[in-house]
Amino acid sequence: MIRVARLVAVKDLRVEWRSRVILWQVLPFGVMTLLLMGFAEGPETTLSPSVAAGLFYVVVLFVSMLVIARSATIESSPGTANSISMLGLDPAGVFLGKATAVFLEVLLSALILLAGTTLLLHLPLALALHSLPSVVLVVMGLSLAGTLYGALTSGLTGSPTLLPLLVLPTMAPLLIAGERTISAIATHQTWSSWLGLLIVFDVGYTVAGILLYGVVEDS
Amino acid sequence: MKKLAAQILGPTALVTTALTVYLGIWVTPQDVVQGNLARMLYIHPAAAWIALYVGFGTAIIASLMYLWPRTRSTAADHVAASAMEVTLVFTILTLITGSLWGRPAWGVWWVWDARLTSTAVLAVLVAGYLALRRAIDDPELRARRSAVLALVAAINVPVVHFAVVWWKTLHQGATILTPGSGILVHGIMAWTMLLSFIAFTLVYAWMVRERYRIAIRQQTRDDRELAHAVSARHSEGGAA
Repeated sequence: MIRVARLVAVKDLRVEWRSRVILWQVLPFGVMTLLLMGFAEGPETTLSPSVAAGLFYVVVLFVSMLVIARSATIESSPGTANSISMLGLDPAGVFLGKATAVFLEVLLSALILLAGTTLLLHLPLALALHSLPSVVLVVMGLSLAGTLYGALTSGLTGSPTLLPLLVLPTMAPLLIAGERTISAIATHQTWSSWLGLLIVFDVGYTVAGILLYGVVEDS
Repeated sequence: MKKLAAQILGPTALVTTALTVYLGIWVTPQDVVQGNLARMLYIHPAAAWIALYVGFGTAIIASLMYLWPRTRSTAADHVAASAMEVTLVFTILTLITGSLWGRPAWGVWWVWDARLTSTAVLAVLVAGYLALRRAIDDPELRARRSAVLALVAAINVPVVHFAVVWWKTLHQGATILTPGSGILVHGIMAWTMLLSFIAFTLVYAWMVRERYRIAIRQQTRDDRELAHAVSARHSEGGAA
């Protein structure tokens, strides 16, 4: 399973590296959205860390939607599904591989956007650094759940609109937990319970993906 | 026996609902603090009970039955789909009655309360499930993918249930399903509330059953039309 996961992750990352869509399209979209958030707030207003964190996670969510859609598109291109079924790859490994590739791509984007949030929305740098564990866990959850939902909607005529409809409500707990973690760190409150929620979410979707990805792939 | 139970389901649902309305409006007293507003107690929690637990529970069990090779059948898929459709109705009813209760109690129609928000999120999830079904024409593909979605979406149900505990916002905490807290509603109010749960469960069961029957009829019609089209094509081929 691990070998298959590594194989699929390297394949997806190589496809991404060659196309450079994340670098030239997805990341500029994320930075532009952050800028627009600043415009919407106006020059007179200073955002609280809680609001800045919330906006950061919303932008990460949008960016992850694009990455997940791209990841699902790779698998639904003509012949790919047949090739995978002919190779007899372990579906759990394929799921983990695809989720790993999405995780690395979204994490890279999230780190750049976090730097952008400290710069543009004045999120304190120390706070941003302290919140890194929660950012990693949120991105992990986005990748795991997104990969599963991406497979569910792949190959369907309405998949570009269906994917956000399915993914966005599912991500709400991640968004809330991520934002609450940063707010709790900012106000010196305990935040371990939020990390606990994120870990439970990630473990839940890892198990669900390993068990159910094969069922979706077969269909 | 099964047929008799199906026949009396509708009338029983109607009678228990009428009795709940009678007791809720004319027999139960006003609340000391909330006055007549407390009568929402006989609608809102029961609707939420169906939306969060009974509806999702039915869909999860039916979806599991579809995915399990030994119990796989189109009937299980139809039950899951029917349950989800009715669940959406009850989720929207929960949100509307909650909003109506919230306006005089909290002063606003809507607050970004944990349970309100998570229930709204759940409603969108159920709508997503129904949208996924509409996007797929092939019955087997539709059944398989929607069964997976129902199971995955169910991960959000505990989040909604524990939302009031984790976030401690405006919505009151769980009073019925919280171990150790005891039941905080007494006397005729408690009995009427219990009756409302029974009535809503029966109404839910009746609605799912009717929706299931419509789904079976639709499938029979589709199968017949397909068979007719195939035989028409065969006869065209024979004539040529």
